[in-house]
Amino acid sequence: MDQNLTSLDSAEARKPTLREIFGGFLGLGLISFGGALPLARRALVEQRRWLSAEDFTDLLGLCQFLPGGNVINLSVAVGMRFRGIPGALAGILGLIAGPSLVVIGLGVLYEHTQDDPHVRHLFAGLAAAAAGLLISMAVKILLPLRHKPMAALIAALGFIAIAILRLPLLPTMLVLTPLSIYVASRNAQ
Amino acid sequence: MNGTLVSLAIIFSQLSLLAFGGGNTILPEMQRQVVEVHHWMPASEFSALFALAQAAPGPNLMIVTLIGWHVAGWPGMLVTSIAKFGPSSIVTILALHAWDRFKDRPWRRYAQWGLVPVTAGIVAASAALIAQASDSTAIAWAITAVTAAIALKTRVHPLWLLAAGSLIGLTGFGQ
Repeated sequence: MDQNLTSLDSAEARKPTLREIFGGFLGLGLISFGGALPLARRALVEQRRWLSAEDFTDLLGLCQFLPGGNVINLSVAVGMRFRGIPGALAGILGLIAGPSLVVIGLGVLYEHTQDDPHVRHLFAGLAAAAAGLLISMAVKILLPLRHKPMAALIAALGFIAIAILRLPLLPTMLVLTPLSIYVASRNAQ
Repeated sequence: MNGTLVSLAIIFSQLSLLAFGGGNTILPEMQRQVVEVHHWMPASEFSALFALAQAAPGPNLMIVTLIGWHVAGWPGMLVTSIAKFGPSSIVTILALHAWDRFKDRPWRRYAQWGLVPVTAGIVAASAALIAQASDSTAIAWAITAVTAAIALKTRVHPLWLLAAGSLIGLTGFGQ
């Protein structure tokens, strides 16, 4: 009887339950330090085989395009694709439940110990290193723009508006994004 | 208290819909609202919470949860989390169908390319603002610079770099 299964049926058989979606993203949330994306790919494509490599790349493209964290959107999209709205909820709740508790535990620890000079020094060092990681990420995003003068100019305008003029994000994006999309479409033609 | 919760809900649901290119693009606006507009904490404390969130596992915007909790306790955490993760998730659900339908339209690619430089500029601004608020001493600047260089040039796990920075800080050297 098993031989009669069509590929659709076997896909249906592998379709994760709500509990599996929640559990899968819970595990992912708890082990992903410093960016969940590489781990998300390994867990969803290689280990659990919920998605093919092409499906993963396509869904990730959507998630990067939309507002919100990439992996957070991915948890919603994967859950939605398999189990509709309840699946989407299971995905995102699984992903953020563990880290929320961990981060609040760290917050409690910080509030109780921040007057201790040793702890203050430790956090000063931690904050400095975290800022360094953020700078490295910004450089990685900026480097590919160095041969594209118009794109680099738009990035520079965004930097000046936000970091130097301290303008609010919404008007900055409302001006720069359409301009940038226009430039991208002109360059493509 | 209720006024604070309403403010948190408004700020973070707006940020949720503006977070193009991942979470780090909304850090400067979050800092502006939390530090400069509402005076809920000084810039140095905002950076400390950011650092704490970076040291925790999970998606990179867990600072949002921490801010809600810090400002208004458990209700603040709940309101902030729903406001931050709800709207963008609804957009994702709605977009899932359209995405498949418009798979081959050129404007989809133009929009995707067009967002890259805007995101790059704003993430760079995030990095500059966070570094400025975190680094009050020459040693702190040095930790930031060396961490950035190592993260760029090698594949060392970020957690080791955070641990190394904390240890150098713990010695109290230069403070």
